[in-house]
Amino acid sequence: MTTAAAPLTPGGGRTLRSALRRFAESAVTPLELDDVLDVFHPLRAGAELRGRIVQVLPETDESVTIVLKPGRDWAGHVPGQYVRVGVDVEGVRLWRTYSLTHGPRPDGCISITVKAIPGGVVSNHLVHRARKGQMLQLAQAEGEFVLPQPLPRKLLLVTGGSGITPVIGMLRNLHSKAVAPATDIVLVHVNASESAAIFRGELRALHASGRISLVERFDDTHGVLDVALLAELVPDLDERLTYACGPAGLLDALEQHHADRGLELTTERFRPVVITPADGEGGGTVTLTGSTGGGTEIELDATTPILDAAEQAGVLMPSGCRMGICMACVLPMREGAVRDLRNGALTVAVPGETGPQGVPIQTCISTAAGACSIDH
Amino acid sequence: MTTITRKPENPTAHLTPEDIEQIGIELDAIRQDVIDSRGESDAAYIRRIVNIQRRLELASRATLLVSVFPPAWVAGTVGLSVAKILENMEIGHNVMHGQWDWMRDPKIHSTTWEWDNASTAEGWKHSHNEVHHTYTNIVGKDNDLGYGIMRVDEDQRWHPMYLGQPLWNFINACFFEYGIAAYDLELGKNLSMPKEKRSETFKRNAKNTLRKIRKQATKDYVVNPALALPTGSFLPTLAANFTANLVRNVWSHSVIMCGHFPEGVETFEKKSIPENETRGEWYLRQMLGSANISGSKLMHLMTGNLSHQIEHHLFPDLPSNRYAEVAPKVKALFEKYGLNYHEAPLPQQVASAWHKVVRLSLPNGWLETTTPANAPQQLALLWTMATGDRRTRRAAQARLEQLARRQRTEVAAAA
Repeated sequence: MTTAAAPLTPGGGRTLRSALRRFAESAVTPLELDDVLDVFHPLRAGAELRGRIVQVLPETDESVTIVLKPGRDWAGHVPGQYVRVGVDVEGVRLWRTYSLTHGPRPDGCISITVKAIPGGVVSNHLVHRARKGQMLQLAQAEGEFVLPQPLPRKLLLVTGGSGITPVIGMLRNLHSKAVAPATDIVLVHVNASESAAIFRGELRALHASGRISLVERFDDTHGVLDVALLAELVPDLDERLTYACGPAGLLDALEQHHADRGLELTTERFRPVVITPADGEGGGTVTLTGSTGGGTEIELDATTPILDAAEQAGVLMPSGCRMGICMACVLPMREGAVRDLRNGALTVAVPGETGPQGVPIQTCISTAAGACSIDH
Repeated sequence: MTTITRKPENPTAHLTPEDIEQIGIELDAIRQDVIDSRGESDAAYIRRIVNIQRRLELASRATLLVSVFPPAWVAGTVGLSVAKILENMEIGHNVMHGQWDWMRDPKIHSTTWEWDNASTAEGWKHSHNEVHHTYTNIVGKDNDLGYGIMRVDEDQRWHPMYLGQPLWNFINACFFEYGIAAYDLELGKNLSMPKEKRSETFKRNAKNTLRKIRKQATKDYVVNPALALPTGSFLPTLAANFTANLVRNVWSHSVIMCGHFPEGVETFEKKSIPENETRGEWYLRQMLGSANISGSKLMHLMTGNLSHQIEHHLFPDLPSNRYAEVAPKVKALFEKYGLNYHEAPLPQQVASAWHKVVRLSLPNGWLETTTPANAPQQLALLWTMATGDRRTRRAAQARLEQLARRQRTEVAAAA
C-alpha cells in the first residue's frame, strides 16, 4: 500500500486522498468506486449530477411543478436560467431543458415547472407520472436569460404559455428579498385560456400587493395577442427594458416590433432545433465530425448502410458482423436522424435533448434519414 | 457430430428456399413484437439485477473480512460465487451484447461496460459477439467449438493427442476465464508465429489483457485478503476468492458447453455457407446450432438466460428477461417447419456434452464398439493406435469402422 508513504507536501491532502481512492478502486475493479458509492448515496459530492424528486405540485390540469433535491455538486443558478434534465421515459433516457422556477432556495432544492404539450413524450411523462422519490439526471444550470445587474428602473416582461417559467423564477427571487426591489415591473402574461395560465394565483397576488403590474391576455377571450397593440397595454413601453419568453410566433413578432421601434429586447426560445426525418424513400447526408472522419460528408440513398458508404468514401470505420448483432460498429450520432434498415425504426438525435454524448447508433444497419452528423 | 452437409439425412432437406425466407420473416416479427413492447418494466428489471448483484457482492466481501470463522467463510464464499455468476452471465454478457443499449443509459451500455473476468470487454465483444454469433457452429470459423484445442467433429482426423481432451476440457472449465482471454487473443495462433510477425493489434490486445488480469488478480488475491488481515482472515479470504472464481468458471463453462455442444446440435461446413447468406439462412443455422436448458426461473437467471440459448442466438440483442416469453413462439415455429427444438434439463445437457467430448477424444467408432466383454481387446487396439505410426492408425481405424458398421447392421436387422 502506498498511502502511508504519500508525501505530506502542501498538496499532500489531495495526494493521500487520491492514493486512498486508487486503493479502493483496486478493491472493486472493474467497477469504479463511484459505481459502488452510487448504490448507497447517489446524491453525494463527486457523483454524476442527479436530483431526487421531493415534491410534485399540480399547477393547472396540464402542468406541475417538480421540486428536486439536487446532488451535492449542484453549482447553483441565477433565476431565468434553465437546466438539462434526463428522464427515463418507457425505460429510455431522454433529455429536455426546463427553466428553473425558483431563485436559490434556503432548503437547497430546485424546481422546474412542466406543461404537458400535445404529443410531448417527456413533458407528458413528467406531468402525469413523476412521483416523489424518483431520480432524474441533471446537468448544471445554463442560459443567458437573466436580469441585468444593477436592475433597470423599469422592466417589461412578456411571456406566452410556459414561457412564464424562467420569469416566475426571477420574480420569486426578487420578491423573496427583505428589501423589495425599486424596479417597476410590468408582466404581460399571454395564455390560451384562463385555466391554462400557470401561476395565475401567485401572479395575481403579486399584482394585488402592488409588487408587479400584471396584464393577463387570454386567446379565447381577448383573441390572439397582436404585438402592435402592446403600446396600448403598456403605455410607457419605450422606457422599459423588455425580456420575453414564449412560443416562436410571439417572439418573432416581438423582435420585429421592437426592432421597428428601436427598442432593446432579450428573448429565450424553447426547442431551438427541430429535426424532421426524411421519409422512407429519401436518404441524406452524413457528416463524420470526429478526428478520424475529419468532416467527411457522405451522400446516402435510403438503402445503403452508413458503414458501407463511409468505407467506400475511404474512412476507416469500426466494424464487426455487419448484420446488427455484435455492436462493434456503434458510434455516437450528435444530431440528425437515421433509419434501421431491418425494421424501418427511426432514431433521432436532437442536441440538448438526447444525452450529452449523443445517441449511439449501429452504423452497419442504419442509413441516414435526412442530414445527420456522427462523431468519428 | 458430423457437419450437417455430410450427414446421410440432412435435417433441413425438407425446407424449400421459400420456407427458409418465411422462417426469417416470422422470426423478424417475433423480434419486432418485443422491441415494440420494450419499456419501463424491462429497464427496472436490469437496474434491479445490477443493484442486487452489487449489494450481494459487497455484503459477501464484507462477510469475508471475518472469514476466519467458518460460517462467515461459507456464507461469504457462496454469496461471492453467486455475485460473480450474476455479474458475468445475466449482466455482463448481456449488456455487452447491447441488449440494454436502447435505454440510452451510459452506465448500462455495450460501449462502456467492463466485466469481472480476465478477458477484456473489447476482446470478448470481438470473439464472442462478432465471430461466434455470426459464424455460429461453422467448423474452423467458430472458436467456441472446442476453443481450437479440441476435436469437435468426426471429420477431424483423430490423433493420439486427443486422448487428453477430457482432461483439457476439465482444466479449461476450472480456469475458464483465462481460457476465454486466451482464445479472445487467438493466443495459440499468435504464439506459434515469430515475434516480429505478430500484429500490432495483437500486441496491444495482449497488453490490455495482461493489465486486466493483473488488476483482477490484485483485487481477488491481494487487496481483499489484505483488508481481512486485521481479523487474521488473509488466507481464508484468498481461498474464498479462489473458490468463487472456480465456481463461476466451472458453472459458466458448463452452461456454455450446453449451448452448442450436446449430442444432436448441428455443425456446419465452412464451404457449405453461401457467400451471401440470407437472413433466413442465418436464422436457420442459429436454430439448428443451439440447445436450450429447461428449468426454473432461478436456473434461467443463473445461466444469464443462456438456458434460452436458441432464442439468444436468434435475437442476441433482445433483453434477456424477454427470452422466456419468446420461447413458446419460437418452439411453435420449430414444430411448424419440422425442426428439432433441442431442449433438456441441465444435468442431461452437461452429461451429453461431456459424452461427446469423451467420444471424440477416442477414434471414430471406438466407444460404439466397446462392450465390457471385448474391453481388453479394444484397449489393446487403442494402445496400438496411440503408439503406432500413421499407417498403423489408418489400418486400425478402418477395422474399427468396419466393426461399427457391422454392429449397426446387426442392430437394424434385430429391430
